[in-house]
Amino acid sequence: MSEDFEPRIIGFLCNWCSYAGADAAGTSRMGYPSNLRVVRVMCSGRVSPELVLRTFREGADGVLVLGCHIGDCHYTDGNHRTAKRMPVLRKLLSYVGIDPARLQMAWVSSSEAKRFTQVVSEFTETVRQLGPLELKGEA
Amino acid sequence: MMDAGRHPRIELLTLSEVVDVKGYVGNFQVRVRRNPRYVIEDLCTGCGLCVEACVWKNRVPAEFEEGMGMRNAAYMPFAQAVPLKAVIDPDSCLWLVKGRCGKRCQKACERGAIDFEMQEEFLDIKVGTVVLATGYDLTDDPQLERYGYGLFDNVIDGMQFERLSNAGGPTEGEILTKDGRVPEAVAFLHCIGSRDDEAREYCSRICCMYATKQAHLAQDKTGGRVYQFYIDMRTAGKGYEEFYKRVQKEGVDYIRGKGVEIEQENGRLLVRAEDTMLGRLVEVPVDMVVLCTAAVPARGAKELAQAFSISVDKDGFFAEAHPKLRPVSTNTDGIFLAGCCQSPKDIPDTVAQASAAAARALVLLSQGTVEVDPTTAQVVEERCSGCGECMVVCPYGAIELIEGKARVNEALCKGCGTCAAACLAKAIVAQHFTDEELVAQVLAIMSQDLAYA
Repeated sequence: MSEDFEPRIIGFLCNWCSYAGADAAGTSRMGYPSNLRVVRVMCSGRVSPELVLRTFREGADGVLVLGCHIGDCHYTDGNHRTAKRMPVLRKLLSYVGIDPARLQMAWVSSSEAKRFTQVVSEFTETVRQLGPLELKGEA
Repeated sequence: MMDAGRHPRIELLTLSEVVDVKGYVGNFQVRVRRNPRYVIEDLCTGCGLCVEACVWKNRVPAEFEEGMGMRNAAYMPFAQAVPLKAVIDPDSCLWLVKGRCGKRCQKACERGAIDFEMQEEFLDIKVGTVVLATGYDLTDDPQLERYGYGLFDNVIDGMQFERLSNAGGPTEGEILTKDGRVPEAVAFLHCIGSRDDEAREYCSRICCMYATKQAHLAQDKTGGRVYQFYIDMRTAGKGYEEFYKRVQKEGVDYIRGKGVEIEQENGRLLVRAEDTMLGRLVEVPVDMVVLCTAAVPARGAKELAQAFSISVDKDGFFAEAHPKLRPVSTNTDGIFLAGCCQSPKDIPDTVAQASAAAARALVLLSQGTVEVDPTTAQVVEERCSGCGECMVVCPYGAIELIEGKARVNEALCKGCGTCAAACLAKAIVAQHFTDEELVAQVLAIMSQDLAYA
């Protein structure tokens, strides 16, 4: 694996908690790997398995889904759906030749700026170790 | 209460229960069941002749006296009842239960207001907003057995003490034991069933103050010794700490240590507790024990929450939309909360919260229209198979199946998009956060190089 491989990570962040947490990290001038690019959704429950798979197909090496802590979802229980979907999807990823570790789900609240940087740093490192995702067949 | 009763634009429905709710903010249809009073309200003047005439005298434990006094089958709920009208209890009235009674109440009534043929009736009301203020009850857990509640005489709860102390109560305001003696010593045990890992973690908030008030009354009326077994004294309101100090100065004995159990010994009640400041166990013989029992949501709260589709928290209290920023709203638009149904609180806080809930309701009513965000979900009917998955996952119950197709109520939809993710046919679209828009962002990101160093 090339030593200068920089993983491309797409993060789906919920507007109310995790996106605000990421924003808090930014306003506090905390550094985190720029491998992550964020797509904002209103709720982590908006993220469907198909969307994650499409993201891998378009070339992402890792996908991060961040939402509110259980019990704190702005929409009461949208994150409950996420909590069910993502682990199941993770198990299915190996069937299509994707290492399950390339999909990570985590809860980050709007005040957890530091935690956000930690989650992103750790995940970036994980994906860096896994190397580029080269999906066989047509992109 | 009287002002509410006589206000021209307030309709008081007593003896009533909400049984079903349909609709959404601005358009609620509420079905109310009115239980029969057996007294025609428009004719009854509250004169009380029927109550006097009732043959089933003082045979029913009076709800208002917290079981410490009795009432008749035909009765006035209490002296300050609004409306001040008689009611006949169908569970104890000889005519209604057995069909055997001379119906002296009916004969005594000079207005012909007694009607034994009354049935329950249902009212369907259309309202725009709802305020829930169903209050609290004191718990009657089986856990209280270790304190002898319901088993020993003279172990009572705070509400029962209120009736003893009240001039209109069963003892005309004197603090007396069940056999009519003045107690030489009274103990108040705080935090019974609250702040308890085995029962409820939360603090019932009102007890430290009412226990102090009642201790002051007990001491004043009996001249005896009064003990308070507490864990912490929570007297944070305006003037509350000063009141606590004053009652301490009056000689009420505050012992820091939770009462662990009550036993009967030599005709008295023995309180076992740890005095944490002395660092040893104490046993204090008293003649009356008042338990500060946990404040819990009122009976029927759970069913009411289901009827209105609002959430309850882990302790059964109605869930506010946000604990700090939206304490009187619920997650269901148009439904507001006031008072102890949301969490235990005292009178000033309840009044403040009720004013806030009324104001919030008024905003909706005076505007006449509701503004919704454009980020709602929409159904593409050609693709919808009516599987109902979207309905199941919607946190707001905003989706209905109508003639086999899903339909979103835009007034209720909050735009979370969970339905859009759940739909296998992508027949429901989260406007402004569509799959196409999200994928477009992904494509845009992937088409750029991972930038700057």
